[in-house]
Amino acid sequence: MKDIIQIKDISFNYSGQPLLFDHLSLNIHEGEWTALIGQNGSGKSTLARLIDGLIVLKSGQIVVDDLTVNDQNIFDVRSKIGMVFQNPEDQFVGATVEDDVAFGLENRRVPRDRMHEIVEKSLKDVGMWEFRDRIPANLSGGQKQRVAIAGIVALSPKIIILDEATSMLDPRGRQDILNLVARIKAANNLTVISITHDIDEAAHADQVVVVNKGEIIEENKPENIFGETAKLQSLGLSAPFTAQLIAALKQHGIDPNSQYMNDERLIAWIKKFVSQK
Amino acid sequence: MSNFIFGRYLPGNSWIHQMSPQSKLLLSFYFVIVIFFANNIWAYGALSVLILFVVIFSGVSIGYFLKGIRPLIWLIIFTVLLQILFSSGGHVFWHFGPFSISDTSLINGGYIFIRFLLIIMISTVLTLTTTPLAIADGVQTVLKPLKKIRFPVDTLALMLSIALRFVPTLMDEMETILNAQRSRGVDFGSGSLKHRIQAAVPLLVPLFTGAINHAENLSTAMEARGFTDSEHRSKYRVYKWKGKDTISWIVFLLVGVVVLFVRKN
Repeated sequence: MKDIIQIKDISFNYSGQPLLFDHLSLNIHEGEWTALIGQNGSGKSTLARLIDGLIVLKSGQIVVDDLTVNDQNIFDVRSKIGMVFQNPEDQFVGATVEDDVAFGLENRRVPRDRMHEIVEKSLKDVGMWEFRDRIPANLSGGQKQRVAIAGIVALSPKIIILDEATSMLDPRGRQDILNLVARIKAANNLTVISITHDIDEAAHADQVVVVNKGEIIEENKPENIFGETAKLQSLGLSAPFTAQLIAALKQHGIDPNSQYMNDERLIAWIKKFVSQK
Repeated sequence: MSNFIFGRYLPGNSWIHQMSPQSKLLLSFYFVIVIFFANNIWAYGALSVLILFVVIFSGVSIGYFLKGIRPLIWLIIFTVLLQILFSSGGHVFWHFGPFSISDTSLINGGYIFIRFLLIIMISTVLTLTTTPLAIADGVQTVLKPLKKIRFPVDTLALMLSIALRFVPTLMDEMETILNAQRSRGVDFGSGSLKHRIQAAVPLLVPLFTGAINHAENLSTAMEARGFTDSEHRSKYRVYKWKGKDTISWIVFLLVGVVVLFVRKN
């Protein structure tokens, strides 16, 4: 599988602060959902901003879909990446839902007729078409994030980066947004990078990258990472609910013979276990 | 906030709602200028009839106009009283020291009153029938000729629309900070003037830093969505000049001509 994002040996620090990344390398595979997990201040968001060229790299190289991120390519790189940020309020540029979705298209000088078609389609995709005349003050946090996603879908990028996009939402809104992104990813064959400290969000991923203090600690499939409850906790992260349940079962002498299972598999195992008794 | 009518938009689909914002803006300017040319009963009569039709065509209930006048009522009464008590000339009915009431002063007072009323009415119609966003777009269209002298019209319009979009956000934030500081024991509503000004600091400083945070995040989000500069963009919303605009202009221009004819020189 092709590596759509190649981060080669980068070093970076914010001015006046110690080195955040010291010769860091990471590859993101095309068409996969990659979750970057780690504590606050571990450098996850900085990494996302470096990939999008919002912060200037000091040494090393980042290649996005065969384009090196530099001054000449910056706008081409950004046209391949759609970013959803943390605060729903602060990324709502337009005065109404429709205008916000059109903002990115306006920047790319899309002709007006095309724009109307794309805006309608994108808003219908995220289920916000009926809200097109609303102003942001009359929308919930989850609805604003939907609009932000519609604004990105309108630009048909190859990569979507969710920079803690669900951290200010309630559990219901979070689940809605994650399902929506999963659906859009599947429909358009996108690459998704989600930056989060929510373990349950990372459970959606194909690949999980654990970042701690600017270093990549581990890069593996979720089931291989989530079983290591103690290690996750030592990094300031919590284990997913099912892993915690398995750990609690083990303490009571019930051993499922596995470190991690997702909800369905664990339910199936428990049912089997109970029926055997 | 319910009494605050300025800048409030009432959704609707009337003749005036459908007009393009740039022509509504220009017509309001034009109308205010014409008002200052009027100086007799016929001229004011013509303008009043015109505004009556405007109100009917806007489909907005008269209650909203009364609300628009309410905050200015003291200013109106004060000006009208000054006009009545201090103008000289004409047949004097009553006088006491420097004060006098004559038929001319009464008429002048009446004119001032109508003038206020007309200006408030036309601006209320403008803001009630036009969304803030449309007003921002209208300003952009109206100012377009200034591009020739390198005035950054597009940047101004973008600033205006972002400012308008953030008004409710910052209002909410102010409310939150107000309550948060109250819950910590800050008393905003009482005490001496000096005390009250000091009490505003714990409100203003967080509001200010909050605004800077918004600005920083918003600019990052705008950049990430391909924003380079405000000039080289296409436009999603366009307000075209329509038949209704032309007809309204013809009516307004005719009334303007009538006013110029009937005014006494």
